[in-house]
Amino acid sequence: MDTHSPGHLPDSAEAHAHAPHAEEAYHPTWKTYKWVALILFLITVAEVWAYYIPSFVASRAFVPILLIMSAAKFIIVVMFYMHLKYDHRLFRVLFTGPLLIAGLTLIALLFLFGQLVIKL
Amino acid sequence: MTAAAAHHYTSTGLDNRKIAIWAFIGSECMLFTSLISTYMIYKGRSVVGPYPHEVWTNPATGQVMKPILNIPVTSASTFVLLMSSLFMVLALAAVQNKHVPKRNRSEEILGSSKLWLWATAIAGATFLGFQAYEFTSFVHEGLTIKTNLFGSTFFTLTGFHGAHVTAGVLWLVTLLAIDYRRGLGPADAMAVDLAALYWHFVDVIWIVIFTLIYLIK
Repeated sequence: MDTHSPGHLPDSAEAHAHAPHAEEAYHPTWKTYKWVALILFLITVAEVWAYYIPSFVASRAFVPILLIMSAAKFIIVVMFYMHLKYDHRLFRVLFTGPLLIAGLTLIALLFLFGQLVIKL
Repeated sequence: MTAAAAHHYTSTGLDNRKIAIWAFIGSECMLFTSLISTYMIYKGRSVVGPYPHEVWTNPATGQVMKPILNIPVTSASTFVLLMSSLFMVLALAAVQNKHVPKRNRSEEILGSSKLWLWATAIAGATFLGFQAYEFTSFVHEGLTIKTNLFGSTFFTLTGFHGAHVTAGVLWLVTLLAIDYRRGLGPADAMAVDLAALYWHFVDVIWIVIFTLIYLIK
């Protein structure tokens, strides 16, 4: 892991020495990609299936379960297809930081405009 | 120019183009969240139909109309977009392993960057075809961007996403043109990786849109 101070810029030789380390991020194999695609497909089938079960749609579990399945697909694509699981942590920060801000803003707006209510 | 300068390395040892694309993707998360927030806030507040999940009466004809969203068609387009992400990772892997000797026919197929780039671009274009069909049928059923709050927020959100898919398809076509002109090899892996990250981001946004807009009533 890089231990340089933020203001320190390396000369070209030093940067070059870093470069192979940065480029050597592990990428999954074809078999992993195949399994990821299968899992994504099965979750999507489960989501659409759930949509067509009226008793389940009417239940309180419908929305949370759909949100969990959607979040699972989101995380799987980001982790494996976008290689965030294997890549440098700076990329994780660059992605999850704005995502967190955006998610909190969405929740705050839903509370502000009355779509979400806390019942005391 | 030194090798390091040619490869855009930064003080972190990371390629600045990759840092830039992740920062861009982070900003795009905020853009799409603002569009999704607007949709969610106005959800169920349309005064007149058509509605996404409820039947409605056409005031002009008095005819009772079914909910406007077509889940089977959108499920098919979602499947196509998910498969395009698989094709994209295979395209990247093919470029990265271009010089690895292929031992049999299946390895030759897996190692063909042109094949997987074509497959990704065609899948993206197919998704856009589904979207064009959906938009056209909505307009024929009386839903435009001006009809009600649902129409305004729906067309804005999915239209922005469609524009991003279009940009992604154009990006893939430029990579294909380079591949045909001089061939893409391991030296170009970063250029393909950037396109792949953008493409997967477009896919994850659709994963969210599909659940929040189409499936949750």
